[in-house]
Amino acid sequence: MKKNWPVYTLGALLAAGLIAPLASGAAAPGFWLEVLIGGLMAGVLYSLVALGFALIFKASGVFNFAQGAMVLFAALSLARLSEAMPLWAAFALSALIMVVFAWLVERLVLRALVNQEGVTLLMATLGISYFLDGFGQSLWGSDIYKIDLGISKDPTIILESVFQGGILISKEDLVATVIAAALVAFLAVFFQKTATGRALRAVADDHQAAQSIGIPLNHIWVIVWSVAGVVALVAGMVWGSKLGVQFSLQQVALKALPVVILGGFTSVPGAIAGGLIIGVGEKMAEVFFGPVLVKAFDLAGGGIENWFAYMLALIFLLVRPEGLFGERHIDRV
Amino acid sequence: MKLTGKLKLLAAAAVAAGVLASVVPQGPAYAQSKAVAKEQYFPVLVYRTGAYAPNGVPFANGYVDYLKLVNARGGINGVKLVFDECETGYATDRGVECYERMKGRNGGATVFQPLSTGITFALTDKAPGDKIPLITAGYGRADTQDGMVFKWNFPLTGTYWVAADILIQHLGKKEGGLDRLKGKKIALVYHDSPYGKEPIPLLEERSKMHGFELLQIPVTAPGVEQKSAWLQVRQARPDYVLLWGWGVMNSAALKEAQATGYPRDKMYGVWWAGAEPDVKDVGEGAKGYNALALQHGAEPNSKVAKDILRDVHGKGQGTGPKEEVGQVLYMRGLTAAMFAVEGVRRAQERYGKGKVMSAEQARWGYENLALDQKKLDGLGFAGVLRPISTSCADHMGSAWARIHTWDGAKWNFTSDWLQADDQIIKPMVKASAAKYAGEKKIAPRTVADCQA
Repeated sequence: MKKNWPVYTLGALLAAGLIAPLASGAAAPGFWLEVLIGGLMAGVLYSLVALGFALIFKASGVFNFAQGAMVLFAALSLARLSEAMPLWAAFALSALIMVVFAWLVERLVLRALVNQEGVTLLMATLGISYFLDGFGQSLWGSDIYKIDLGISKDPTIILESVFQGGILISKEDLVATVIAAALVAFLAVFFQKTATGRALRAVADDHQAAQSIGIPLNHIWVIVWSVAGVVALVAGMVWGSKLGVQFSLQQVALKALPVVILGGFTSVPGAIAGGLIIGVGEKMAEVFFGPVLVKAFDLAGGGIENWFAYMLALIFLLVRPEGLFGERHIDRV
Repeated sequence: MKLTGKLKLLAAAAVAAGVLASVVPQGPAYAQSKAVAKEQYFPVLVYRTGAYAPNGVPFANGYVDYLKLVNARGGINGVKLVFDECETGYATDRGVECYERMKGRNGGATVFQPLSTGITFALTDKAPGDKIPLITAGYGRADTQDGMVFKWNFPLTGTYWVAADILIQHLGKKEGGLDRLKGKKIALVYHDSPYGKEPIPLLEERSKMHGFELLQIPVTAPGVEQKSAWLQVRQARPDYVLLWGWGVMNSAALKEAQATGYPRDKMYGVWWAGAEPDVKDVGEGAKGYNALALQHGAEPNSKVAKDILRDVHGKGQGTGPKEEVGQVLYMRGLTAAMFAVEGVRRAQERYGKGKVMSAEQARWGYENLALDQKKLDGLGFAGVLRPISTSCADHMGSAWARIHTWDGAKWNFTSDWLQADDQIIKPMVKASAAKYAGEKKIAPRTVADCQA
């Protein structure tokens, strides 16, 4: 219990930081709540991308740098296909494309690199990422494309009688949250209850042991990359409907990096919790802390949101190197 | 062992041959091509991929189509144009690489137009050494208007100080006088980069003059995620929002404005935030949104657009889709190419009609542009552009703009012509340029150099 004091201290500090704007009177309660909700919803979206990272890392030990490119590619496919067919058909076809992509990756890249160093695999995924970015644009074009989920984009204001100006809720973000929750529930069932899920968990625990009892490693890799591909498709669909499908979607993946660092590379709940912490943390920091910082030190200005997320992740690493929900490794030397 | 030795020898020979091949032509062949070149070379820096491609592509297509049109019209007094593209991806390092690769090609580059403030900053240091002019129509450093310090830079038709000044004037008019801006709140939502920060000094100056409160809200590039920025807007409830974005940031801003319920008709974009890609996928949600037009707006009915449809697209040589001809950024690229060509035509008046101009001679042309309305109308720009005339002291040549508004389907002009206030901008340009000259130890040009 004593060993955990840095984690508790950090938790307490974060909680204090969270309520500081409210307690100091710098923010009206309504607005504070709005920023909190906004942060949580952005966090859910980060979690969606982070999930893809965590899935592949868990099953194969590969840090898949191409997850962001996969989000972009899947979203581009969905957007362009939905111009010619109904959305559900475009979704199904895009999912199929992602499965074919997973199969190709296993065939052409991973199979040749079995038992290589982790860093070699990381570099390979970096290569896949660049290929997919360029090829996706050559194939589908580099304009801004639309995914229309048919959700109203106008804001909903609630609790107007309680807070001045009410609380702003975006329907799109709400739908995104529901979709993310459904996806997580589906993945949990898939991992816990199906034979494939059990095999995946076995591979995650120990490659060699799994192979020795007859679990086909190549097969498993195709499956896990396919699942990550479908997760990328869902993330791309949600982000794309919100922001338009465009090359910059790929950069959203960079936001997922601090999330997986914070949550732990191997943990699905970690990806969710990490996403929420980063989402809330960066919005609170940007809105309440940023202007104070600029004023106090007479800085040149500019946003702090982006580096704040990484700083938060680094602080977590100081006190819990394996991440919030990561597995603790004990190596014998 | 013997074999390896031979292989090594072979490899060494191959490397030597490669080195020679890359070095030798730079000597005599390069000089020769310069002497006999019958064609004027225009390198084209483009970004057709990456985060800014939706905006880069129509600009590039307009630029190249205009060069094709000039060739279809018989070149510049008979001198044909050659051009090729280099992809920068809007990245400064790749832009500089393109510049280095292209500057000596085809007898030497005439002029560069990077369409990126970052690349412009990098090339501003290189251009004087290579003696190649830079045209940055509507972007780049605002102080490069001062040709006494920035001999090789030409921010033709407008800088960000001009843009910011005109926007504030327009808001003043809307309120019934600049004095009515007192006590108002104006938020600048800007791309957190040199580009986005460029208007701040001018806006601060105007805020002091008229007593409005200026809120600065940065958006990290590329600007996909803007929730915190718009939450701040929602909290502060500014009377107006000025949008200084580029690429996906613009459409994302409009979507966030819609999601937070900020009225779009209170939003005013700079001229890089007022084209079709910025509003297209927002559609109805962007209705009422205003932006500056860098003189021209969407001009599908202009003569030059029709000429291109007939003489370039009609002959199957169009660069992009037909529907794009006349769109805002297409026209921006097209006018940029026109400036590049007309500078050379002007230079020919001095150095010899029907001759290929060197970059240095072309620079004189850009510094002595005299595009009056008659000339512009003759080129097909009637109703599109106003007269532009540059000089040694003024490398901008014109400081006019209009406002156009998105009606859900297309851009329509909603203001008269507005001119930036020279009395405010001139001293700021002078001071900033002098500071730059001091830092870089540049001796200001003499009157003799101006007349040379």
